Amino acid sequence: MNRFAALIEALAFEPRRLAKLTLMEEYFRTVPDPDRGYCLAALCGALDLPSAKPALLRQLISERTDPVLFALSYDYVGDLSETIALLWPAPAGGPIRDSAIGAVVETLQKASRREVAGLVAGWLDMLDERGRWALLKLMTGGFRIGVSASLAKLALARFGQVEAAAIEEIWHGLEPPYAGLFAWLEGRGPRPDPGQALTFRSPMLAHPIEDEDFDRLDPGAFSAEWKWDGIRVQAAGRLQGNNAEIRLFSRSGDDITAAFPDLAGALHFEGVIDGELVVMEGESVAPFASVQQRLNRKSVSSRLMAEYPAHLIAYDYLFAGDDDLRGLSLEERRPRLDALVAGHGGRLRASPPLVFDSWEDLARQRAQSAEHPAIEGVMLKRLASPYLAGRPKGHWYKWKRDPGLVDCVLMYAQRGHGKRSSYYSDFTFGVWDGDRLVPVGKAYFGFSDAELVELDRFVRQNTTNRFGPVREVVHEDRSGLVLEIAFEGLQASTRHKSGIAMRFPRIHRIRWDKPPAEADRLTTLQAALARAPAQPAVPDA
Amino acid sequence: MPRAIGRGPRYVKGTHPLLDSASLETALAIRPETLLHPRPEGLYCPPGDFYIDPLRPVARALVTHAHSDHARPGHDHVLATRETLDIMRIRLGEGFCGSEQATPFGESLTQGGVRISFHPAGHVLGSAQIALEWQGCRIVVSGDYKRRADPTAEAFALQPCDVFVTEATFGLPVFRHPDARDEAGRLLASLARFPERPHLIGAYSLGKAQRMIRLLRDCGHDAPILLHGALEKVTQYYEARGIALGALEPVAGRKAPDLAGRIVLCPPSALADRWSRRFADPVTAVASGWMRIRARARQRGAEIPMVISDHADWTELKETILETGAGEIWVTHGQEDALVHWCQQRGLAARPLRLVGYGDEEAA
Repeated sequence: MNRFAALIEALAFEPRRLAKLTLMEEYFRTVPDPDRGYCLAALCGALDLPSAKPALLRQLISERTDPVLFALSYDYVGDLSETIALLWPAPAGGPIRDSAIGAVVETLQKASRREVAGLVAGWLDMLDERGRWALLKLMTGGFRIGVSASLAKLALARFGQVEAAAIEEIWHGLEPPYAGLFAWLEGRGPRPDPGQALTFRSPMLAHPIEDEDFDRLDPGAFSAEWKWDGIRVQAAGRLQGNNAEIRLFSRSGDDITAAFPDLAGALHFEGVIDGELVVMEGESVAPFASVQQRLNRKSVSSRLMAEYPAHLIAYDYLFAGDDDLRGLSLEERRPRLDALVAGHGGRLRASPPLVFDSWEDLARQRAQSAEHPAIEGVMLKRLASPYLAGRPKGHWYKWKRDPGLVDCVLMYAQRGHGKRSSYYSDFTFGVWDGDRLVPVGKAYFGFSDAELVELDRFVRQNTTNRFGPVREVVHEDRSGLVLEIAFEGLQASTRHKSGIAMRFPRIHRIRWDKPPAEADRLTTLQAALARAPAQPAVPDA
Repeated sequence: MPRAIGRGPRYVKGTHPLLDSASLETALAIRPETLLHPRPEGLYCPPGDFYIDPLRPVARALVTHAHSDHARPGHDHVLATRETLDIMRIRLGEGFCGSEQATPFGESLTQGGVRISFHPAGHVLGSAQIALEWQGCRIVVSGDYKRRADPTAEAFALQPCDVFVTEATFGLPVFRHPDARDEAGRLLASLARFPERPHLIGAYSLGKAQRMIRLLRDCGHDAPILLHGALEKVTQYYEARGIALGALEPVAGRKAPDLAGRIVLCPPSALADRWSRRFADPVTAVASGWMRIRARARQRGAEIPMVISDHADWTELKETILETGAGEIWVTHGQEDALVHWCQQRGLAARPLRLVGYGDEEAA
């Protein structure tokens, strides 16, 4: 446990991504199986220890501490695992021996509910407080140490000197402690066979298109379709008799099937489809705000499913049954996809191709789509391209619509984190509502390093009030700073005083020249929001 | 302006925190409160007509130590140890008080029939506990204190007493300070691992910074240590008092290449200040008892949180209370609720004094 605890501790206080990768790589290299495998599972959130729950931990600590002192301590520390780790009475003589993480996990998995309390207490008695914290976090989940599953897998890929995509390819067929995976990465064993399990395949990603690209690219070599504002999903399916087993994966490979049982239950095919998960309102694609109602839920109510029905707009076909289509060109894959969708119907649609004869023609269609809140822009895909994992150059392009622009007044600033911790780099801005400013959003990127230095200086020299880490900055008719904010869309919001929320706001330009009185008014944004809801229809296949 | 003697607010029935439970007449018959009780200005001793660590300017002040929340400017007369007076002058300037009187540790003097003596508190250089004796009652005001070894402060001297007035900065059972040498060892391990990166240590400028330097020397780090300007004068004073701190150099005037791989001490607030931008890819460490709490360490941006404190931890608070033999415990500032609860569980009379204004200096 101590080696694992040392890693978790180091990761928790290391802000630099590259250094986090190095720490994990070193751990994978120096720690044997099965410990490193269970550590990997813990970092990826793939470890489920159902017997160890917060209620049990509360009971253990209540048997050992005064309840008033525990309550005061918990109130102060604010985290149950950390409070218990710090409070646990160390037995006389100090830590005596260590149980490796592998032994701990395997013992817990085998233990009966009755045995767990005694086991956990025994380990806590043996560990120092860092070890106790790691053990308790291991059991309750959620380290909050700034390591995502994909970062842990990237460290693993670097350790094994393979592409991250190669790990994703087989990941979902694997189980902790991943002995076969480590054997392969160390060149001691064969590549684990993802086999019949429904697994996630690394998706193909697009580059943003630049103005100068159009001169080089031949419109005839590309197909175009709308860029839908939903969530990118991969649907993998297998048929067993009349039943279909379907799994839905997010772009990063997380299994999100449980959040969308309505869609998973409506799909019936064998193979792997790439597409956009959207919510439909009748025959129209609803704005992203509707999809958001369905996100991050472990279970979903039937009311929510009826109100926000999930659909899949398919745009690519990776496997037909067990046939790998990824080596074929888009031109060859697309008819196969259309045929599948045609025979399927229901909640599976195909993303309709756009007909265009020149880039100017496509630009016109893209501009007209501005009224449609569920369309972000246009995707361009080279007809001859195979389906390539990652973000290969020259194949797929995203051509987003020009963002909305609005002139706002800087109101508050907060210091950033990491290497920005000495700079005021998080900015809250507002627009005029009558003769006062109402905050409409927050932005912390879009500016250059040189501009950050200027913004920081402005904040420090024009502070009118301080609230902890936040500084209020002068914002009056004639004194203050106007920021031109770019955003991707507007949504009605009850959480913001202004009633409006922006998507992806960022600082587009700093208007040192403009007096705050000339910034935009809330009515301008309200009018833009009111214009929006005419929604595009997606034809049935 | 200094406040004239006797101009402080008078006691109004029903408003005194110590006396709320009893009638005024009965309460005044209790001897400890007659000798010492809180007023808005601070702890007041009526027979001696002086305050201990007053928060506002008063005629006569006894000061336990030179941290700014305890040692404030503007008193007519200050009684303290030589070191405390010297450091007050360095930090507050000439004229920080009308007149001063230094008292050596262990010697007694009498004021209005009250016998006063100062005893080492182990908190920072010159820090004292103040003992008051009057009509057979002995009250000890601890100020801030610690029991751990610290070559930069006089070692804590236990004082038996009837009433012990204790701090409670770390008065929760989650606070158990580890061995300071192990904590310093983690910093040196990082320096060995990243020899090209400057290592910034945020440490309070009076006491913690000098203890930190000594600790690094005792762990075998002999290279010159660089100091933020705010630390220079107090550190020089420590050296003048015979505390060897090795080679020290100012940060001022150095550029990034000249800072690589150096240990640099600064006040914690400087870590997030523009001052810190001169360092290329620094490792940030903070030395404070608060670093035991992860959320606190993250707020400070500490990559190496070192749990090194100049205050007693939970265990030391409890042990000290028991060792003084006091039957009554008054808790001045910090996490008083938990400590009062613990005392009461042990059958000791205990109450919080609820003095407002201590713990302001970054002094933990």
